Amino acid sequence: MMSQRVGIEISLAVAEVAKLADVDVVAAYPITPQTHIVERLAELVANGELSAEYIPVESEHSAMSACLGSSAVGARTFTATAGQGLELMHEVVDVAPSLRLPIVMAVANRALSGPLSVWCDHSDAMGVRDCGWVQMFAENGQAAFDLSLCAFRIAEDPSVLLPTMVHLDGFSLSHVIEPISMLEKDELEGFIPPYEHPFPLRPDKPVTMGAFAPPVIYTETRKAQEVALRSSKKVILQAWKEFGHRFGRYYSPVEGYKSKEATTLLLTMGSFGETATVAIDRMRDNGESVGLINLRLWRPFPFDEIRQAVRNADIVIVFDRCLSSGGPGGPVCSEIRSALYGEKKQPQVVSFIGGLGGRDVTPDDFVNVIRRGIEIAEKGSDEEYEMIGVRE
Amino acid sequence: MDKSEDSLTWKDLEIGCVVTEPGSASEYKTGDWRSQRPAWDTSKCVKCGMCYIFCPEGCIHQDSEGYFEADLYYCKGCGICARECWTGAITILEEEE
Ligand code: SF4
Ligand code: SF4
Repeated sequence: MMSQRVGIEISLAVAEVAKLADVDVVAAYPITPQTHIVERLAELVANGELSAEYIPVESEHSAMSACLGSSAVGARTFTATAGQGLELMHEVVDVAPSLRLPIVMAVANRALSGPLSVWCDHSDAMGVRDCGWVQMFAENGQAAFDLSLCAFRIAEDPSVLLPTMVHLDGFSLSHVIEPISMLEKDELEGFIPPYEHPFPLRPDKPVTMGAFAPPVIYTETRKAQEVALRSSKKVILQAWKEFGHRFGRYYSPVEGYKSKEATTLLLTMGSFGETATVAIDRMRDNGESVGLINLRLWRPFPFDEIRQAVRNADIVIVFDRCLSSGGPGGPVCSEIRSALYGEKKQPQVVSFIGGLGGRDVTPDDFVNVIRRGIEIAEKGSDEEYEMIGVRE
Repeated sequence: MDKSEDSLTWKDLEIGCVVTEPGSASEYKTGDWRSQRPAWDTSKCVKCGMCYIFCPEGCIHQDSEGYFEADLYYCKGCGICARECWTGAITILEEEE
């Protein structure tokens, strides 16, 4: 059967990926705005469409703990969470890459409390930034579907064996119905090979997983984990390339839109990349030399691709959906700055923060951000960053 | 593993820091943590075995005469044995530097 383009809620499409990947275990706790993903999976398991163990745990801490166990015995494992759920899970999120367990997790990004907010920003993602997972951001429903599929292949690759997070913006992606080209099981043939852990927990060949590491060995364990994460980029690129060859949709760590010769670049991550293209089109029609960069691969950070993408630009305006409190402003911007620091030709990098807790940012807003960014780059500013849309 | 713990490089580690050798935790010298040690006064000991039962390290054993003593390779010097001995046969001594 050929793949069809169907109108489907993105959460349901992500659940469909877990079904296509024929996951063995789903352990999850429902939390807005991730709920529809795991509800759908519970339904698929209950009605027999997906032969998997669905573990309805009592908290996200237990969800990730159960995922560790199932992945450790060699079961393909999927979970999903958001916001406070990811926070509650945090302690165990760090353990998965250390044990090299290729769990795949969808995160429907949500602002963190307090005040309580169920709406989207990237604060939850930034809280687990340094946990050692492969992490990518989807900009639309098709990307959420495709990247989630690729996530299983990347995570379980014998040279990677790292858990992988696919971030999709809460509500603005998770709850939106989009036309998505779904793939059928037979089309996927061989794209996600069976998962084999080299040292699974099996009674016939016992091993110890998760032993403690005294100071004499801890540094070595972290180095090994870090090398694995950095080296995963080769596999990520290869997986995306093969996905493109087979299914016609190509993905890269950094996506450019009218960016090649632009002197001013806006940089976004997640679904705002889509909104911002409208702003770029308008300004281009107006003869302004602007372009857009969308950062898709967050970990391992694509240093070379970022440097390459901005090499002709004089100004890079980074739009963050998260505030690094008391720090340099936007976490994405900090990383862009450090990736470019020391380069021979350095563009000016300007930090903007907005879209917090689900606040809408329109194409008009992005036009204003770009204009204001150019002004700051030319005249300078005393502030580390500028927050947009805040009522003074 | 052939190499000792302090000569292992990051490349020597198994994936996920898995330990493939069963029982290798017994090589770990928890006695290194000790700043105090238990000492038995056999004249007060009634060989009841309470110290043996309560030792969290499981490092107390009986000698040929039936009295108890600690294996100092593992004894952390926690003092639980002395606390639990109801005849006061165990005293806790400071480790010399
Ligand atoms: S001091 Fe603690 S570890 Fe040592 S023998 Fe007594 S109970 Fe066991
Ligand atoms: S608890 Fe005291 S009396 Fe009992 S065996 Fe140990 S040292 Fe002897």
